[in-house]
Amino acid sequence: MVGSLFSQFDSPWLFNIPLVILAMLIPWKLFITSGSGWVGTRSEMLMSQLTNTLMGQVMQPLNKKGFSWAVLFSSLMLMLMTLNVIGLFPYTFTPTTQLSMNLGLAVPLWLGTVIYGFRNHPTIALAHLCPEGAPNLLIPVLVVVETLSIFMRPLALGLRLTANLTAGHLLMHLISSAVLGLMELSGVLSVITLVLLVFLTMLEIAVALIQGYVFAILVTLYLDENL
Amino acid sequence: MGLSASQIPEPPKKDLPLWDVKLGELPKWVGRRDISPTGVYFAFKRAELKFHNKYVHVRRGGIAPYAMMLTGYCILSYIWSYDHLKHDMMRKHH
Repeated sequence: MVGSLFSQFDSPWLFNIPLVILAMLIPWKLFITSGSGWVGTRSEMLMSQLTNTLMGQVMQPLNKKGFSWAVLFSSLMLMLMTLNVIGLFPYTFTPTTQLSMNLGLAVPLWLGTVIYGFRNHPTIALAHLCPEGAPNLLIPVLVVVETLSIFMRPLALGLRLTANLTAGHLLMHLISSAVLGLMELSGVLSVITLVLLVFLTMLEIAVALIQGYVFAILVTLYLDENL
Repeated sequence: MGLSASQIPEPPKKDLPLWDVKLGELPKWVGRRDISPTGVYFAFKRAELKFHNKYVHVRRGGIAPYAMMLTGYCILSYIWSYDHLKHDMMRKHH
């Protein structure tokens, strides 16, 4: 029973070819960029409006120096949102349920912001380890705590995304099994559970979008500290 | 990233389109085509561009191309994971 519950998260293989790579390339194929024409089409306009709105949201914490990171953050957010939402379709594989992928995104991005800060203004970056107005006796403890919290950031980033999506998928799997199981026992209970499943699906779509946004915005905030 | 139709090499001479080829002549038809890696890549690119020009790069497009792509991806994912899924089918207790 336990094996079959988590086996939905196994990465798919076909004749020793990892299909997780193809699953990760889906956003690239779904976001169709402009054709060779001069006149903008409806899909181009919608896509550019979506990208501009999301980029405006993501880049809010940053000042002018951080705008060079705009392409990275907007593509990161779009990719995560798309991967998460497409994972809710039937039979698809969600690469962001794999901790390996999420840590693989979180650690380099976080480390990039830390190295950027320490390279450009090391004194200011070190000064962040001691919050302003702290009592003198507490400063050693606070420095240790702040250092630990900095090292916990990539772990939290990756784990947050993994845990949210995995838990959501598991819940949907369990409740849909419950709906099927209750059909024989009691039709009314089955319908109530089905209504619950519908609301849970709506919640999962929201969680998928929000988690992608949260990942990107947190990396933006870590960069903002180090700019 | 985007290639226009003029940048993608066409097959060297006009041949029967795939839907006009009889089943018995299919291996010969495949042999006449360019089956090197670049040939296969450009064949996929031509098909992709045809799809985009028909459904996406139109003045007033709709949800059709995205729905088709997602449906195709779901079907493909089902095929890929069939080996894994067949054990759970037609079973009362999982």
